[in-house]
Amino acid sequence: MTTRKISRSGSISAGERTVKILAFSMLVILSALMILPLYIMVSTALKTQQDVFLFPPKWIPSPAVWHNFIDAMQARSFGRYFYNTTLYSVVGTFGEVFSSAFVAYGFSRYRGIGRNAMFLILLATMMIPYPVTMIPQFVLFKNLGWIDTYLPLNVPSFLGSAYIIFLMRQFFNTVPVDLFEASRLDGCSELRTFWNIAVPLCSPALASAAIFGFMYRWNDYLGPLIYLNTDSKFTVSIALSSFTSMFNIVPWHLLMAAGIVAILPPTIIFFLAQKYFVQGIVVSGLK
Amino acid sequence: MASMRFRKKTELRETKYFYFFISPWILGLILFTGGPILLSGYYSFTRYDIAHDPVFIGFANYINLFQNDLFWKSSGVTLYYTLVGVPVGLAASLVLAMLLNVRVPGQRIFSTIFYLPSVVSGVVLSLLWVWLLDPDFGVVNVLYYNITGMTGPQWLSNEHWVIPSLIMMSLWTLGNNVVIYLAGLKSVPQNLYEAAQIDGASRFRQMINITIPMISPVTLFLLITGIIGSFQVFVQADVMTKGGPNYASYFYVYYLYQQAFRSFNLGYASAMAWVLFIFVGVLTWLMMKVSRRWVHYEGGGD
Repeated sequence: MTTRKISRSGSISAGERTVKILAFSMLVILSALMILPLYIMVSTALKTQQDVFLFPPKWIPSPAVWHNFIDAMQARSFGRYFYNTTLYSVVGTFGEVFSSAFVAYGFSRYRGIGRNAMFLILLATMMIPYPVTMIPQFVLFKNLGWIDTYLPLNVPSFLGSAYIIFLMRQFFNTVPVDLFEASRLDGCSELRTFWNIAVPLCSPALASAAIFGFMYRWNDYLGPLIYLNTDSKFTVSIALSSFTSMFNIVPWHLLMAAGIVAILPPTIIFFLAQKYFVQGIVVSGLK
Repeated sequence: MASMRFRKKTELRETKYFYFFISPWILGLILFTGGPILLSGYYSFTRYDIAHDPVFIGFANYINLFQNDLFWKSSGVTLYYTLVGVPVGLAASLVLAMLLNVRVPGQRIFSTIFYLPSVVSGVVLSLLWVWLLDPDFGVVNVLYYNITGMTGPQWLSNEHWVIPSLIMMSLWTLGNNVVIYLAGLKSVPQNLYEAAQIDGASRFRQMINITIPMISPVTLFLLITGIIGSFQVFVQADVMTKGGPNYASYFYVYYLYQQAFRSFNLGYASAMAWVLFIFVGVLTWLMMKVSRRWVHYEGGGD
């Protein structure tokens, strides 16, 4: 407390103010730079095709062509792609979060023989790049006849993912053991204790994990690219990546409009659940 | 005696439930991680096109790989992108986090703005930046022209500019790193700074002697995950550049993908996967080892 008072009066406070003014101005400039690409995205989406290729460009689109959004969505069957992507994101995330919570509870709650070794393996698998396991997985799923379905993308999720397991374990570790012990002494089975005590207690962690999982799948490209062949099964990302091939000149206004619609779900989730989002990032990074 | 038997019994019980709960992960580990790694090790010694059974050919894939210019080119491109992009990205994240850590009006709005671009990712991010970097009509060159009065570089269509362009794009989506760094900065005990202030240490000295060492574990984490992520760049190559111009953005995983799923050289691609696996493993181990010299853990020791 005393040091605070010292710094509030006298010469330090002048220095402090300079730092604040400097920081504030830099934050304003950098924020403008961060916003600019998003602004360009929106303004391009509202331009006529002629105005897109204008030099010097119009900074504010006039006339604003809201119809571009409808045209973009109708250029390909985006309704279908949104349905596919939503289904993939929801099903995969659901499987991943619950199986990971289950496994994480095991890691956090029980001091079984070999726990440390298992945990080290878990950490090591977090470092393995997807391309390393991609080819044999593809061969496996091809032999199962699962190519051109969502099964290769969703089924592995139901066996947990190392990253989410690690994240959930960090949360479970913060829960006092007494809570679980009490439940056991009350005669609850281990499964009931997990379901009735651990899961509700860790709903913030589940929310963070679910947001991560959803965002990851919504933007996933390589997985769907490898496994999906039929147009009606495409995700939004796959459809967008080949959007331009249908036109002679790149229709940037339509492409940007489609892009904005594509990032709406992640953006809405980000604004609604900013708290869980930040929490999840921090826990996964710090401990 | 009785207590020891009791302990044995609890240990058995704990072990039983431990493996019960982690069994889904163990199954996944065998089916989708461990098994595939071993299998791709086997494939890497075969000629395999998926339509026919793999044929054992010894080290031929590895010999071809190391004699192939494109392998070296794609490794070089990926390393270049990583060695420049990751440190620059980390430094920029730390600066942004430090700025956000200064108590100024509108702090929360600033952090939201800095994070927002990270919501745009994957294909949309790539497409957006192809447009921003368009040599004639993209906003980057429009600004360049407005400021310098000269026409800007050809960015993605220039062999020498393509990687710097992609690094520039990566600087736009640092949100995750900034959030992690910011949390790290907030967890540095305030009394360290107060003590330093009493000793008359300048702000710069405080940053070098307190902040940087105190957040070094975060830096290590971001460094390792950043490097591993950077080795796996794919979307940018596939969506933005198709590996060009003149293979200047022919990233490693893009090459691997082309070999596996376009040319159906699954044996050759598996050899590439194994080289990547070993490289990442050795590098991670090395970084952890070297990190003991520069990473500061509170309370010392492990």
